[in-house]
Amino acid sequence: MQAFTILTGTVAPLNRGNVDTDQIIPKQYLKTIHRTGLKEGLFADWRRRADGAQDPEFFINQPCYQQATILLTRENFGCGSSREHAPWALLDYGIRCIVAPSFADIFYNNCFQNGILPVELPGEVIQTLFDRVAHTDQYQVTVDLAQQVVTLPEGEKYSFTLDSFRKDCLLKGLDGIGLTLQHESAITAYEKRRAHEAPWLFQDFSSSVHS
Amino acid sequence: MASKTLFEKIWDQHVVREEPDGTTLLYIDRHLVHEVTSPQAFEGLRLAGRRPRRPTAALAVPDHNVPTTDRSQGIADPMSALQISTLEGNCAEFGITYYGMEDIRQGIVHVIGPEQGLTLPGMTIVCGDSHTSTHGAFGALAFGIGTSEVEHVLATQCLVQKRPKTMEIRVEGTLPDYCSSKDVILAIIGQIGIGGGTGYVVEYTGSVIRSFSMEGRMTLCNMSIEAGARAGLVSPDELTVAYVKNRPLSPKEEVFQQAKSDWLALKTDPGARFDKVIELRGKDISPQVTWGTNPGMVTDVNGHVPDPASIPDEKLRMATERALAYMGLPGGIPICDIRVDRVFIGSCTNSRIEDLRVAARYVKGKHVAQSVKAMVVPGSGLVKRQAEGEGLDRIFREAGFEWREPGCSMCLAMNADVLTPGERCASTSNRNFEGRQGKGGRTHLVSPAMAAAAAVEGHFVDIRDWKMGDQ
Repeated sequence: MQAFTILTGTVAPLNRGNVDTDQIIPKQYLKTIHRTGLKEGLFADWRRRADGAQDPEFFINQPCYQQATILLTRENFGCGSSREHAPWALLDYGIRCIVAPSFADIFYNNCFQNGILPVELPGEVIQTLFDRVAHTDQYQVTVDLAQQVVTLPEGEKYSFTLDSFRKDCLLKGLDGIGLTLQHESAITAYEKRRAHEAPWLFQDFSSSVHS
Repeated sequence: MASKTLFEKIWDQHVVREEPDGTTLLYIDRHLVHEVTSPQAFEGLRLAGRRPRRPTAALAVPDHNVPTTDRSQGIADPMSALQISTLEGNCAEFGITYYGMEDIRQGIVHVIGPEQGLTLPGMTIVCGDSHTSTHGAFGALAFGIGTSEVEHVLATQCLVQKRPKTMEIRVEGTLPDYCSSKDVILAIIGQIGIGGGTGYVVEYTGSVIRSFSMEGRMTLCNMSIEAGARAGLVSPDELTVAYVKNRPLSPKEEVFQQAKSDWLALKTDPGARFDKVIELRGKDISPQVTWGTNPGMVTDVNGHVPDPASIPDEKLRMATERALAYMGLPGGIPICDIRVDRVFIGSCTNSRIEDLRVAARYVKGKHVAQSVKAMVVPGSGLVKRQAEGEGLDRIFREAGFEWREPGCSMCLAMNADVLTPGERCASTSNRNFEGRQGKGGRTHLVSPAMAAAAAVEGHFVDIRDWKMGDQ
């Protein structure tokens, strides 16, 4: 996983609340067995209008956001399906940070697995950012994970919170599985204790399956 | 000992280790796997040279992509076919039990877990699928995860988690006739909103919840995620134990007896505190119909589609206008005036035997409206076989329904079961997001009874006033 330290980038606006992962990447793009190449599916149904023509107002269709690395959006971003194809598609497009008032739980978690930083800021700050983005060509902000601060070009600084474990993993680009495997003896001890307490949890059903 | 909630009891039993900041290594008892969210996880294992820690704790089944028509022809879509053959190959390579498409036990992963007795009270259960919350109906802590976490569980049988907050949703009293657990959960989501449960594990309590069958509890917990809660729970009782007993893979004899006493102790202690409590009265709940593009956009069947002009809040007004434009609905019209083109009875929310029995009661001796195309997709091969044994397939076919093979089908339309642009569907599934059932398709979420009645009449009807067929 790519580490995230400090990012200065163009902010792309997506001014909708409750954006679900079915919109971020519609189901026809979930048939892949790979995790790359998904940007073609990013907001596929929102890029085009009902008549099939490109929607020129949608950020992906605007030249000024082609290099955007930060997505600005509204509350409960990423709700619905657990599909990790959603952060994969955003990452494939170049998004490394998403700024919103709130995120859905599974999506929020999936971001950290892929080197994307989800930043929660209060609704009024989000509104300020939308206003600035609307009036500035290529509006850029700086996100500093170590300091947990978003700095606007006008000089304002807004701090954000996240838990220390996720922060540490993201800062260092750590492999989560590798970290867990460092505790293998604790896992083995746990399994031994539980197999005694609750043997039904450790019955091997696979042998009875084909009977 | 301090009083604990049901959630806290299960959580505490599964802590392998806890960091000072509360980050917890949580042990996972059961892992369900399907074809869409697993190929990259297995590929990750291969790239890192890792093997599953406990392959026998996992079960895999293809459900999202499978055709619901004659399967002897194979799968027409080469992408779907590849995804399913990839799952089969991965299971063979890594020693994971796999129920293939021709197996009578194949079905929607959240239907077959309970059906086979893999889902047991007190377990931690995960799957790369947000509707894993379904299994909470058994008093198991069950939640959806992403593909990276699927790989994590395969490799370590653990997940790194932060302890969520707890919410009690209590529904007391009695539910009016013609209302089901689907109406209860839709009413809950309508009240707390689609982000209302974010960060929480919900325990459903109260006499209305207690009165539900296991199927009803599964429907309820299934849609916890539509309120933003990763997991929903109902504490196990004698009904739970009776459901689990004698399932093919549930514990037997002495082990079962030992398990049973453990399971029945899984209750929230008197005096245990939840971070949040929501109360609803059963008698206030009516049959529900969604009118918009998320499950929180819902109202009573005898209500009206909202009129944006009467919404003072600008953001809410704009969201409503946008949803109604997508849905092709004028503001303010009665729900019962909405005509439907398609009816879908199925999905991990409502495809179990009880759901099919209820729907069949409403269509028996009647016929699907001329303008409507209707289908029933049983949740598993065994549900299908049981329904056929009870003659339900004949009732549906004679009423003009298509009777299909099991799978996720038109809940998310990854297979050939898709709405065309502008088509309107009464659906027993769980999501009415834009394009969910097909690009431009318009979904109204309802209970099986409401879907069946809409199929017959060609529009939504208040089933409380509707004359049913031969009962």
